[in-house]
Amino acid sequence: MASMRDIQRRKVSVQSTGQITKAMKLVSTVKLQKARQRVENTKPYFNEMYAAVTSILARSGNVQHKYLKSYEDKKKAVIVISSNRGLAGGYNSNIVKLLTNNPEFSKDKVVVYNVGRKGRDTLVRKGYEIREDFSDAVENPLFTDAMQISATVLKAFESGEIGEIYVAYTEFKNTVSHVPTLKKLLPVEASDVEIKDEQKNILMNYEPGEEEVLDVIIPKYISSLIFGGLTEAVASENGARMVAMDSATTNADEMISSLSLLYNRARQASITQELTEIIAGAEAIG
Amino acid sequence: MADLFTLEIISPERIFYKGEVKFLEMTTSEGEIGVYKNHIPMTNILAPGIVTIHEENEVKEAAVHSGFVVILQDSVKIMAEVVEWPDEIDEARAREAKIRAERRLAEGGDAIDIDRAELALKRSIARIRLSEHRK
Repeated sequence: MASMRDIQRRKVSVQSTGQITKAMKLVSTVKLQKARQRVENTKPYFNEMYAAVTSILARSGNVQHKYLKSYEDKKKAVIVISSNRGLAGGYNSNIVKLLTNNPEFSKDKVVVYNVGRKGRDTLVRKGYEIREDFSDAVENPLFTDAMQISATVLKAFESGEIGEIYVAYTEFKNTVSHVPTLKKLLPVEASDVEIKDEQKNILMNYEPGEEEVLDVIIPKYISSLIFGGLTEAVASENGARMVAMDSATTNADEMISSLSLLYNRARQASITQELTEIIAGAEAIG
Repeated sequence: MADLFTLEIISPERIFYKGEVKFLEMTTSEGEIGVYKNHIPMTNILAPGIVTIHEENEVKEAAVHSGFVVILQDSVKIMAEVVEWPDEIDEARAREAKIRAERRLAEGGDAIDIDRAELALKRSIARIRLSEHRK
């Protein structure tokens, strides 16, 4: 049996780890609340944007536009949103697995526009080409970050370097459920579009013209999708960390209680042993 | 009572404005337009400029930079990437930005640079005009 001092030392170390995980859980709970609020605030803009784009496409589905054409033989660009910090359970590895487990997205078919240091490290190790890195945006995503990212990928799209644009991020369903998602941004597929009845009956005019309006709106639509992805990813990251730290704290508590039991047993054993020794000594003298 | 319609100004970070208005002025890529209730349905691209909101008893102004507007008969939605009330504008910074943009335009460069500098110039002018109105 381990000595009393060894057990005590272990117990103290587990206790301090438990305190750290508990503090981290509290911190990520607060961050999660903030991030959730932001997700809520960005929803109306995104929804309206989606409605505007879909109603234009539904009406002018046959329009030949550079953002609507598909080039499947070219490389795909994927904007991968992970986090800058670890200790968030499977959060980062799940995002990377979206690419690595999908033969359509093997490393020779994909260029990565990366957000988040942890994802970048793994992707580099797996041999993916990281074209650009925007990891600073992940701590506190601003809309200008999303605009910058979308401008970069759209430029590559227009110059013909890449044929399709995807975003890989973790969708935030609720505090405990986060779903890694791969979403296609470009080309926008008119066939995917559902349209509400009320929109069909309105005869909309476009100024200066449908094509010019699409030229302006689609980049904005892409930015809003990326921004939505960023805010949801931040909420998911903190949610994942909260869950991971919660179970770590529970585990630490369990370990402490079993170590306390061991410690008490060892203490009792040593007392008994001491008593036996004293009695034996007294008997020998007497 | 004048005919009112619903106006929503939505930016990525928040719902900037929501209310009943009787008249709305704004600058589009084709020029300045004014909207009353029962306007023909129209989608327009906004140029950087001032949006003037005429409520029933009050007039409000906001600076909008890049966005578009969806006009329906009884409602108008402005989707703006950046939108500010006059008291949110930093006039000194806007003036600085204007000078920077003018310098870049004077220097020349390739077409994209010039486009961007022109946009920056328009934005800073809209901001400065709006913060001068306030005084």
